[in-house]
Amino acid sequence: MSVPLPVFIAIPLATAFLLPMFGKKGKSAATLLANLAVLSLLVLAIRCVGQSGVYEIGKWPIPLGINLVLDGLSSLLLLAISVVSTAAVLFSIRYMERYTAKSKYFSLFLLMVAGMNGVVLSGDMFNLFVFLEIASLASYALVGFGCEHEELEASFKYMVLGSIGSIFILFGVALVYGNTGTLNMAYVSRTIQQAGLNAGLAFALALFVAGFGLKAALVPFHAWLPDAHPSAPAPISAMLSGILIKTLGVYALTRVVFNVFGILPSTGWLLVVLGLLSMVTGAFLAFGQWDLKRLLAYSSISQIGYVVLGIGLGGLILARAGDNPSPAELAWASLAFLGGLFHLVNHAVYKALLFLTSGSVEMATGTRQMRQMGGLAERMPVTRTTCTVASAAIVGIPPFSGFWSKLILVWAAIQADFIWVAAIIVSVSLGTLIMYLKVQRYVFLGELPGNLQQTKENSSSMLLPMIALACLCVFMGLLVLVPSLKANILDPAVQALTAGVTYSDAVIGMR
Amino acid sequence: MPYALCLLLFMIGLYCAVVKKNMVKIVVGIMVMEYAVNLFLIMLGYRAGGVAPIVDKSTLQAATGQVTAGFVNGSVDPLPQALVLTAIVISLGSLALMISICIRIYQKYGTFDITEIRRLRG
Repeated sequence: MSVPLPVFIAIPLATAFLLPMFGKKGKSAATLLANLAVLSLLVLAIRCVGQSGVYEIGKWPIPLGINLVLDGLSSLLLLAISVVSTAAVLFSIRYMERYTAKSKYFSLFLLMVAGMNGVVLSGDMFNLFVFLEIASLASYALVGFGCEHEELEASFKYMVLGSIGSIFILFGVALVYGNTGTLNMAYVSRTIQQAGLNAGLAFALALFVAGFGLKAALVPFHAWLPDAHPSAPAPISAMLSGILIKTLGVYALTRVVFNVFGILPSTGWLLVVLGLLSMVTGAFLAFGQWDLKRLLAYSSISQIGYVVLGIGLGGLILARAGDNPSPAELAWASLAFLGGLFHLVNHAVYKALLFLTSGSVEMATGTRQMRQMGGLAERMPVTRTTCTVASAAIVGIPPFSGFWSKLILVWAAIQADFIWVAAIIVSVSLGTLIMYLKVQRYVFLGELPGNLQQTKENSSSMLLPMIALACLCVFMGLLVLVPSLKANILDPAVQALTAGVTYSDAVIGMR
Repeated sequence: MPYALCLLLFMIGLYCAVVKKNMVKIVVGIMVMEYAVNLFLIMLGYRAGGVAPIVDKSTLQAATGQVTAGFVNGSVDPLPQALVLTAIVISLGSLALMISICIRIYQKYGTFDITEIRRLRG
């Protein structure tokens, strides 16, 4: 472990508290500092790829002290968080000129990044909750950052549901402590393996599924997302849809369900059903939207369903196989995990890109209503190209990234005899195609309305992150096609899931 | 029995947060839930007639320097209290944010009734 793990939390946290001191005059210095902090996190996250380790805070041995754990799943998420936040922070330089208090914005932004990094690295249930609250509180404030009618309303709705979710999680943590006498994930997992799951722990598991499900906006817990994500400033929408729901929701849920409690057939089925419901409902609700960002937000619900479905399917296969899965079952489960996790990373990149392009369109035209747009292809060629690339990726047109993850998911479902799941995956993909054809048709093609004749492409500092993410969309397929990349980035994450409760031995052994 | 009352308190808070129309009452409901969970954590570590878990000379065995068995069995678990302190600070932060957003919404809409604050649909 070449990088000391606490820097992932310390750098953004220290910068976040430093930034509000700059005030109005030091705006450019604050912007520079925020960019430097996020860029340094990106460099560190790349250095962490393929590594693993445990850091004991203050040299207190676990289970007495707090520990940070880096494994394959954590390093994958760290990388995704850094990529999306770098793009969003670059985009914010120009975009956030419209708002006052830019340095406070960056401060909240970095607080959110610190919280997410903490969630991903924490090896302790209560610290997971604390970091989750840091990230959530920053995101509530960022959603309401504009302080207009809609933004405040969305922020309040998000905050009420988010707080209820957090309280469920805290209740679950309390039950876990009461039943196992420890909060360290590895030791909790060990105690559950030895003593089995009692009623209190089963209730805690149910609370975790509800709490993290609320954070991940899985149907039926999705009511806040279509209001909160469109109301935020565009780079924040990109962060929320791109990575926040995955870190606080999917990652935390996966960690608790797979590595702490151990996967059971019933939880596997629950994840599959939640995933399918989210996929289908999100896609149906997205059709009818005329607000560009609202359509993207509903599409996020649908896409997060794919991720949860992949992870749940793999878990279901493993759980049905029992203690000694045959090599074939292990291979199918790994394939499903690979599909789900690869889709998670892909969705982080292309949905962030789509929200950035929507911000670019909104900045140039001053509206988010698709009916009032049209013909922007000639006026905004770069925005148009990047948006088309992202749409192609999310729909799953080869060779863009989304195609590969969906292909792996369908393949895993067919192999494991879930033909009907494969059929639903393919048909929701068709629905996604219609959704994004609508975006292309009404925003970029057709006739240019009279009042938009003067529309111009945005400045290059906004276009740069968009082009970078579009390049990623094109080349991300290489992550599964090139064996050395796959072995370093995705395979360790898949192994973290297939290993299940042996996580505890790994963590205790790594000390 | 105390656990059942704690769960009842939690349910009252949840009911209040989900059913009430007034924003301030929703915030109060969420805080009641938060307090119920904090109470639950404290009760986990409580022991009837327990002593404070502070080690001094009288609780140490003279021969081995280890704490006595009576101290281990009779002291209150300190960890939940540390957890509750953290949880209270977090809930204070979220309460401040929630209330300030309520005030801002009241300035914009002139009402606390969430059924009248409905610009976002679909």
